[in-house]
Amino acid sequence: MTAPFTYTDQQDTRSGFGAGLLELGRKNPEVVALCADLTGSLKMDAFEKEFPERFFQVGIAEANMIGIAAGMTIGGRIPFTGTFANFSTGRVYDQIRQSVAYSGKNVKICASHAGLTLGEDGATHQILEDIGLMKMLPHMVVINPCDFNQTKAATLAIAEYEGPVYLRFGRPKVPNFTPADQKFEIGKAVLLKEGKDVSIFATGHLVWKALKAAEALMEKGIDAEVINIHTIKPLDEAAVLASVSKTGCAVSAEEHQRHGGLGDSIAQVLSMKLPKPLEYVAVNDSFGESGTPEELMVKYGLDTSDIVKAAEASIARK
Amino acid sequence: MASIHQLQRIATQVRRDILRQVHAVNSGHPGGSLGCTDFLTALYFHTLKHTPVPFEMDGNGQDLFFLSNGHISPVFYSVLSRSGYFPVDELKTFRKLNSRLQGHPTTHEKLPGVRMASGSLGQGLSVAIGAALSKKLNNDNTLVYTLHGDGELQEGQIWEAAMYAAAKKVDNLIATVDANGQQIDGSTDHVLNLGSLEAKWQAFGWDVLHMDGNNMESVVSTLETAKSHTGKGKPVVILMKTEMGSGVDFMMGSHKWHGVAPNDEQLAKGLAQLEETLGDY
Repeated sequence: MTAPFTYTDQQDTRSGFGAGLLELGRKNPEVVALCADLTGSLKMDAFEKEFPERFFQVGIAEANMIGIAAGMTIGGRIPFTGTFANFSTGRVYDQIRQSVAYSGKNVKICASHAGLTLGEDGATHQILEDIGLMKMLPHMVVINPCDFNQTKAATLAIAEYEGPVYLRFGRPKVPNFTPADQKFEIGKAVLLKEGKDVSIFATGHLVWKALKAAEALMEKGIDAEVINIHTIKPLDEAAVLASVSKTGCAVSAEEHQRHGGLGDSIAQVLSMKLPKPLEYVAVNDSFGESGTPEELMVKYGLDTSDIVKAAEASIARK
Repeated sequence: MASIHQLQRIATQVRRDILRQVHAVNSGHPGGSLGCTDFLTALYFHTLKHTPVPFEMDGNGQDLFFLSNGHISPVFYSVLSRSGYFPVDELKTFRKLNSRLQGHPTTHEKLPGVRMASGSLGQGLSVAIGAALSKKLNNDNTLVYTLHGDGELQEGQIWEAAMYAAAKKVDNLIATVDANGQQIDGSTDHVLNLGSLEAKWQAFGWDVLHMDGNNMESVVSTLETAKSHTGKGKPVVILMKTEMGSGVDFMMGSHKWHGVAPNDEQLAKGLAQLEETLGDY
């Protein structure tokens, strides 16, 4: 991509999931979907309408949903569970740990309304720890796509992968800039803008903000490289090392706690293989609160200007 | 299909296996294992339609069993090996490093016969419902069985699953509750009184049966009755009265042998009460 960065439309990533799930239903008869009373919010209603025999409404009982999904893999089904990210992870951690991850079951845990951009419902629902929780589970794949098109492509891709996956997406409409025909490769970072002064590694909703930050940095004479880390685990270490070898410093950007998120994954790679400065753009050991998504991103330091500042700070430490 | 007498002889050997496994590593859970020996022996040697070799995870066309109270792994491992899922000699590796016979059952080491990890309680009923739904989607008319401890019913997920199975008419499912009235800290009445299990399961919409879990004739006939109750719009639960430690006199009538292994002297005393019928491993 070249600046100024543009997008085709604004859509919510959860709708990308819904569109991908519907397409999967048509393509793959083994795919089944389970939902814990949030069918509309997860955009699973089209799948439910077209494939009622493969849709399982479990009610407000997420632990049971995860267990049922694990059991349904026995017999060859590919279950996709859907609820908010908070109820997809923290609430059911032990069920995922024992019945899905340790048991090696082919369950796709699909989680909407992740992070601060859930907005007005407040901190009870704004989970900012889910990436950390999921990436600590052995062999769990953790994916946080950036826009509608990429979420749809990721939904299709994870059905082809054998094993547990955590797919994280969100509530608000955001710029949709990934080409609709771009294939989603699990674990393969996407280089969005080449640069030589600083590497910005962003995931989820922060990817678009990273591109806008790169534009702002360009006006200051700073040539930033922007890489979309849609798969946090397994991390594309080669992409991280190649970029930082060139730029000499890095920024991570995510809608998640600083502890345990994408930034820590990158820090681990850099500290072990290529010690270079890294600045975090993430929530700093705090719960969220009620507010509009835009207000919250500014207040908690996840805005475009925060990425710009972090890039400058990282460069200053070279 | 084994006769009642043959099943009783197998159960005696299984009880020996349980004592010897936990004694060898000075850890494990003999009490509940001994109590559920007759049930698991009847299930694997009489009731289940299953093919131990080659073991297939999906189990299409086979009845499936899920052990939800995974801590009674000694009886599970004994019955699985004695029915041909893996060599009986492998019982020697129970709870040892690099073994497929982990403290609690798991698929992780690919032990034939195990389809889901269990140990953290309360998860097996949900898993079994999932497998049962999968069978329905596959037009597979075989059945899914589970076993739970009564203490395990204190976990909330059990009741989420119980509500779901009845509401969605998961009627190819037979759950059994080991009602021995004991858990780690004492009797279930003392720790957290379960109230009327019959009333609870009935209120949740299940078809409730009762059996004497330490009487082989009762176990075999009740399992046959339970099978005949499937396919009628309701999940089936068997409330199975057992005695923790059944078959070894000094282990009975108390919760003390829930998770304690016998010493050399106690092992000898226990084995003296149990005839070696199939040959020790």
